[in-house]
Amino acid sequence: MSPAIETLITSYNYWITIFLMVAGLYTVIAKDNMIKKLVGLSLFQTSVYLLYLSPGKILGGTAPIIDPALKVYSNPLPHVLILTAIVVGVATIALGLALVVRINEEYGTIEEDEIFETGTGK
Amino acid sequence: MEALINMVLLTLMAVITVGIIRMKSLFGVVILGGIYSFLMASVMIVLDAVDVAMTEASVGAGVSTVLMLAALYLTKHEETPSLHSPAVALLLAAVVGAALIYGTIDLPPFGSADTPVNTHVAPRYLEKSIPETSVPNVVTSVLGSYRGFDTFGEVTVIFTAGLGVLLLLRGRRKRIHSDVETAAIAADARDAA
Amino acid sequence: MKLDLILRVTTKIILPFMLLFALYVQFHGDYGPGGGFQAGVIAAGMIILYALVFGLRAAQRVVPMSLVQRLIPLGVLIYAGVGIVAMMKGGEFLNYSVLAQNSVKGQHEGILLIELGVLVTVASTMVGIFYAFVERGR
Repeated sequence: MSPAIETLITSYNYWITIFLMVAGLYTVIAKDNMIKKLVGLSLFQTSVYLLYLSPGKILGGTAPIIDPALKVYSNPLPHVLILTAIVVGVATIALGLALVVRINEEYGTIEEDEIFETGTGK
Repeated sequence: MEALINMVLLTLMAVITVGIIRMKSLFGVVILGGIYSFLMASVMIVLDAVDVAMTEASVGAGVSTVLMLAALYLTKHEETPSLHSPAVALLLAAVVGAALIYGTIDLPPFGSADTPVNTHVAPRYLEKSIPETSVPNVVTSVLGSYRGFDTFGEVTVIFTAGLGVLLLLRGRRKRIHSDVETAAIAADARDAA
Repeated sequence: MKLDLILRVTTKIILPFMLLFALYVQFHGDYGPGGGFQAGVIAAGMIILYALVFGLRAAQRVVPMSLVQRLIPLGVLIYAGVGIVAMMKGGEFLNYSVLAQNSVKGQHEGILLIELGVLVTVASTMVGIFYAFVERGR
């Protein structure tokens, strides 16, 4: 196998992780729509799941459920950390959506630039 | 083979991400988000994280899609086109991306067993889970027992977030300003400036 | 609101199996993939599906908001309670080894109990958040 293909296989997970992370960052900064911003935030969050899970994978291993027939298991620790992070993630995204709903009721818009033009809401 | 499936799924995820950023219809964005979550769950299964994949499939593709749709029902369905150019954001994203790619040079190769991540505490969990807790699923024993404090914190965070949503949305409902009021507020803002 | 007949009938058939699957995921979490977080979300998904197809009023007859509001803190209290009981039995906070005669049995029981707390909080929080959003839209 040529070294270029080997590098591709060994680092592809990290590259995609970084692409998703940067895409989330771009969405949060560039888009004015608040729901789009929250989607960008969750893109960033899911890229972190990949960042944690990729190094824990062992090629040829299986899921960390102990069985006498199996020898090699992937690392269970990142799984635990990300498992809780996903549920906490949806709870916090829901909190963000609740704020967006209230902002829409107050200002009649969910576009950031339009809110700044309106000034302070009453 | 594992690595190949993994790469194909990751490529699909990157394509969906571009779609999410480019799409103007927020309804479409939410549905693409559901597809993204299912792809993410598939990647997690390839990465041997079956518990996490189950959570992602039920939370990411199920509950969070429903909540996003509920929020869209209460707000707007379309994203208005942005007036300012995204050049600054693109530049910033490119710089951050380049710095992170530079950081990956020193990371251990994908799938190897002899990295610090996999040799430090994980073997201890895998060896002692059955003798110490009689639970074969190591993820459950680490989640519940070895890292019980951590999980307690997470449950408290979920409780707090739920509390926050109920406080924000179950209060007295105010009606949206009429056009006249909005104009008056804008005039006030101009005077103040 | 009149919805598709097929949707209504299918939902009625699928609901008990969803609840069964949630309980399976909860109590089989020690031996296979699953646990309190996943089971909680699946159980909440069942209520949400019911509310989507049959309306919020029908869902709140089954699981009223007042019940949900009590269940959200109850889960956290179950979790903390296990820790307190462990302390009263002479161990540290959340040290399950002292809960039963021997430490292995205690650990297993402790994990089952805290998973129950996680289930209650996660399921009721998800249902509560969904109710809050839907009630806002009426």
